[in-house]
Amino acid sequence: MRREGSPWTGVWTVLAKETADHLSSARLWFLEGLILLAAGGASYAAIGRIRDTVSEDPFLFLSLFTVAREPLPSFVLFLGFLVPIVSIALGFDSINGEHARRTLSRLLAQPIYRDALLIGKFLAGLVTLAITFLALWLLMIGLGLLMVGLPPGGEEVLRGGVFLIVTVAYGGVWLAIAMLFSVVFRQQATAALAALALWLVFAVFWGMVAPLAAEVFAPMDGSPLSQIAAVEMQQAVARVSPNVLYGEATLALLNPGTRALGPVLFSQLQGAVLGSPLPFTESLLLIWPQITGLVAAVIVTFAVTYVLFQRQEIRA
Amino acid sequence: MSTPAIEARGLRKTYGRHVAVEGLDLTVEQGTVFGLLGPNGSGKTTTILMLMGLTDVSAGTVRVLGMDPTREPLRVKQVVGYMPDTVGFYDEMTATENLRYTGKLSGMRGAELEGRIDRALARVRLSINARQAVKTFSRGMRQRLGLAEIMMRQSRVAILDEPTNGLDPQSTHEFLDMIRELKAEGLTILLSSHLLDRVQAVCDRVGLFHRGRMVLEGTVPQLAREVLGGGFRITVEATSDGDLAPVLKAIPDVHRVTALGPRSWRLNADRDVRPRVVQAVAAANATLLGLEMATPSLDDVYTEYFREVRNAA
Repeated sequence: MRREGSPWTGVWTVLAKETADHLSSARLWFLEGLILLAAGGASYAAIGRIRDTVSEDPFLFLSLFTVAREPLPSFVLFLGFLVPIVSIALGFDSINGEHARRTLSRLLAQPIYRDALLIGKFLAGLVTLAITFLALWLLMIGLGLLMVGLPPGGEEVLRGGVFLIVTVAYGGVWLAIAMLFSVVFRQQATAALAALALWLVFAVFWGMVAPLAAEVFAPMDGSPLSQIAAVEMQQAVARVSPNVLYGEATLALLNPGTRALGPVLFSQLQGAVLGSPLPFTESLLLIWPQITGLVAAVIVTFAVTYVLFQRQEIRA
Repeated sequence: MSTPAIEARGLRKTYGRHVAVEGLDLTVEQGTVFGLLGPNGSGKTTTILMLMGLTDVSAGTVRVLGMDPTREPLRVKQVVGYMPDTVGFYDEMTATENLRYTGKLSGMRGAELEGRIDRALARVRLSINARQAVKTFSRGMRQRLGLAEIMMRQSRVAILDEPTNGLDPQSTHEFLDMIRELKAEGLTILLSSHLLDRVQAVCDRVGLFHRGRMVLEGTVPQLAREVLGGGFRITVEATSDGDLAPVLKAIPDVHRVTALGPRSWRLNADRDVRPRVVQAVAAANATLLGLEMATPSLDDVYTEYFREVRNAA
């Protein structure tokens, strides 16, 4: 049987209200301050390094994002670490918070579908992430212009733009995960802790799990083929983590010299001019699977959240 | 006759093996106030959620103004206003902002919406608090704000779940007055409560819930006759050497005599038999100490009914 009316009724209202809530919440201001500090520190260090080494890098501007000076990590590494936390902060109480405030049943008694509430809240999170990262990105570029005095080239802007989109997609994965937990767990603290635990697993422990899993599933017997199999298995397991996907995608985008993300055989390198940058489209082609993977993770997680939310009893 | 505002046939709701509502038939005519009464956990809220289409129906049919809430939820929710048990608002937002949000969700915009918000807040006497954050509101004010939302949306049917729960007597009184006003405007109101005496005053008809079933339904006097066995209840207090019960029972139009203590009895009668009681007691050489007639209250019906149920079990 078919439902009457459109599931989109009310999405815009929910989106506007939730975005306004996010942008004015103390939580987000705090995290934005943290990111700004990290970005400021990382880019300042990077600028120092860039000034010191006057090389002939055609993508000098992009190195603003990737160059690190001890003990600070690079800006991209910082982002890979902080984006999930911002996303979790935006999403962990989206549904169970409405339960706790006892506003959910009143909202759903309005002539809208549950879809509108969930989609509106998710889009509001994405919009907030996009606004935050866009502002950060522009700040970085401005800082680079002022301190290095070098305008970014057309391709650099293009690569930077895709980097921005990939970052929002990466944030979207964690936003969807946080919202899933907000549907599953009635307690907001439980949802937040569960999401943070998962983040910890992917950010810290997954790098240790992947080699172990490879050993179990693809044991090495000394032959070159089994070594390749082991490396490939290890990579496949590692890529379950959105953090790894994001890391690989940004690597290829911001270091145009990156030619491959997996094991490369000597025979494949024949005729290659090592260190020469790849054209933009080739880099994009290289990380297309990573981008697809991130977007797919967003869609799948959101779909699971959607189904669970539709089936949930709304009474307290 | 016009379409009933709410009509349920054979409504059933199960959660796993637990049966929350069983075989519910309910008809609420337009422009009337219907009270769903019963102890906590007897299925009132579940019934309301099914009527709103907010939870699935396991079996049976529901029609709200002739529409099916499971098939056409948006059209039903467009005309039905709902105030949940312990109504919640966004604490950081003001009263006006809260109403504006739900107003926009139900499709209103601009000057019309603002006008409706102002009028609704004025009607529930919250105009001076309109720009205050809801976190400063008392329970009674929140409850009134919930009613303001229904007024703002100009719903044709209002469903109120435990609207007087946790209110002090003064606030309850004010709240029930507002419900009367809404009724006078032609709204159909369905409200649930476990506080009977308060609700009795506003309800045209009531339905008594017990373990997921509606065990009694009708007007309050009807229920009183059905359960208490007579519309008039007279308490007699007298000292006597012999047993007065047979004497009292012999009075015409008395259905039943219940001993309340060694010196007091309760009579159920079809009419006011107090003069006869005085005569009968005097004739039996007893001294009348007290004579009191109580109009039956829903509380009595309720207590009596559940005592019968317990005795039967």
